[in-house]
Amino acid sequence: MKRLFPILSILTVILLAYALYLALVVAPTDALQGDVYRIIYYHVPSAWTAFLLFFINFVASVRFLARSKPSTERAAKWIAIAIGVIGFIAPFLPPVRKLIPAGMEPSAVATTIVLIPVLYFLVGKWFPGDRLDVLAITSAEVGVVFCTVVLITGPLWARPVWGIWWAPGDIRLTSTLVMWLIYVSYLVLRRFSASAQTQMLAAALAVFGALDVPLVYLSIWFFRTQHPQPVIGGGGSMDPRMLHVLLFSWMAFLLFGFLVCWSRFRLELLKREVEQAHAMESLVGAGAPAQTSLPLSRNTR
Amino acid sequence: MTSFWAVLSATLVKDIRLEWRSKDALNSMLFFSLLVVVIFVFSFDPLAEESRHIVGGLVWVAFLFAAVVALNQTWARELRNQVLDAYRVSPAPSNALFLAKSVGNFLFVSILEALMTPLFVVFYNLRVLGPGWQLIPIALLGTWALVVNGTFFAAMSLRTRNREIMLPLLLFPISIPALLGMVAGTTAVLTGENSAHFYIVLLLTYDVVFTTASLGLFGTILHAE
Repeated sequence: MKRLFPILSILTVILLAYALYLALVVAPTDALQGDVYRIIYYHVPSAWTAFLLFFINFVASVRFLARSKPSTERAAKWIAIAIGVIGFIAPFLPPVRKLIPAGMEPSAVATTIVLIPVLYFLVGKWFPGDRLDVLAITSAEVGVVFCTVVLITGPLWARPVWGIWWAPGDIRLTSTLVMWLIYVSYLVLRRFSASAQTQMLAAALAVFGALDVPLVYLSIWFFRTQHPQPVIGGGGSMDPRMLHVLLFSWMAFLLFGFLVCWSRFRLELLKREVEQAHAMESLVGAGAPAQTSLPLSRNTR
Repeated sequence: MTSFWAVLSATLVKDIRLEWRSKDALNSMLFFSLLVVVIFVFSFDPLAEESRHIVGGLVWVAFLFAAVVALNQTWARELRNQVLDAYRVSPAPSNALFLAKSVGNFLFVSILEALMTPLFVVFYNLRVLGPGWQLIPIALLGTWALVVNGTFFAAMSLRTRNREIMLPLLLFPISIPALLGMVAGTTAVLTGENSAHFYIVLLLTYDVVFTTASLGLFGTILHAE
């Protein structure tokens, strides 16, 4: 596993460099926007990665909360399965189909919803016990970084194209901003909370945050959106060459995000081990530090 | 079920009695929102027509800030003499405690709103152009939205360092949809330009979703160790 990390790092650097080359040189210039549009190859992949990470954070938090009692865990499992089954069938039924925004394929919606139970089970399988909480903090932190990139590149792009930095009341802009605010408050809570109960409190806040996002979306339903329709599964008509570069760029970003998450995950695990070792050390007493096999002594901190 | 209502009413009556005798929360909220109103009056000096468009935002921002003052005190009161710890080890249903605190805060904030609204009307020369009765459901649902989440996050921030500042940091991002609904709904009624029905439904949805979530998670928060 440890040898994999440097190999993947080198691969990521090459992919990111090639993605930059593709974005700046190979991709055709947009007929309407000119070269300005090329920021899409950073804006959109960052957004997808950020949303994916926030989603992982939500799933990990729910699993962490459900873990407290066997009965809730069983209930959560069946709810996840039910969401998957209903979500896979419902988008194809005519009454639900009418609710899906124009241009968005029902199959795309169904596939996205099926991801919920899949992720729920994979996360539970790969991250047992307290590692769920480590996964939650990791994905939230890295997600906030990617979301910040989205919120910075968005206005940079909007200024030359729309003539304004920010469109107040826009459905996508506002919901992304609110999501960013919620996850920043999540990180603040983790920072200011005493160690023992932080995990539960943070998991509860993550659930509240995830419930909030659809409501934000609903609350600005009445406003017109200035933001273009989504590229994948939406009504957007994109040149296949552009789409190819975009997907390649996303792959590079995903790998980069995965690497950052991985190293952050290991760092957090190590930090917790050290904290436990310190706690053990103070329990055993300062007189007998030699008998306890600690990874680090107290002085090195 | 009887014990649930017994605990709920006992806590609620205790809180109201405490508030009636000390008037700590109400007085500080009242004075605080009065200050906010006065500062707003100095900062913005609008014509009657403009004020209809902005006063919805001003009113709710003032009430939101004032509500935070009261919400910060709800649980702090229980920390003295380890009341909350006693509650934690007792078999009493924790949701009864949560509902009692929420209803108590709802009453206090509603009283504040009833007292402060005339001041806004006087300062900004307001005249409602739309159906005025719709302001009542907007106010009730909006206040409950603020208070139910506020009580939950106040209990959450109780476990953190500098808890007074944690509450607004947690509450404000989550409250944005509710605040949007309240402000836009109030503006719609005041100007009479469009219907406020959508916002009332939105607030109702928000209330149902977050009341359920709070009731579902409060036990976990209270007993988190």
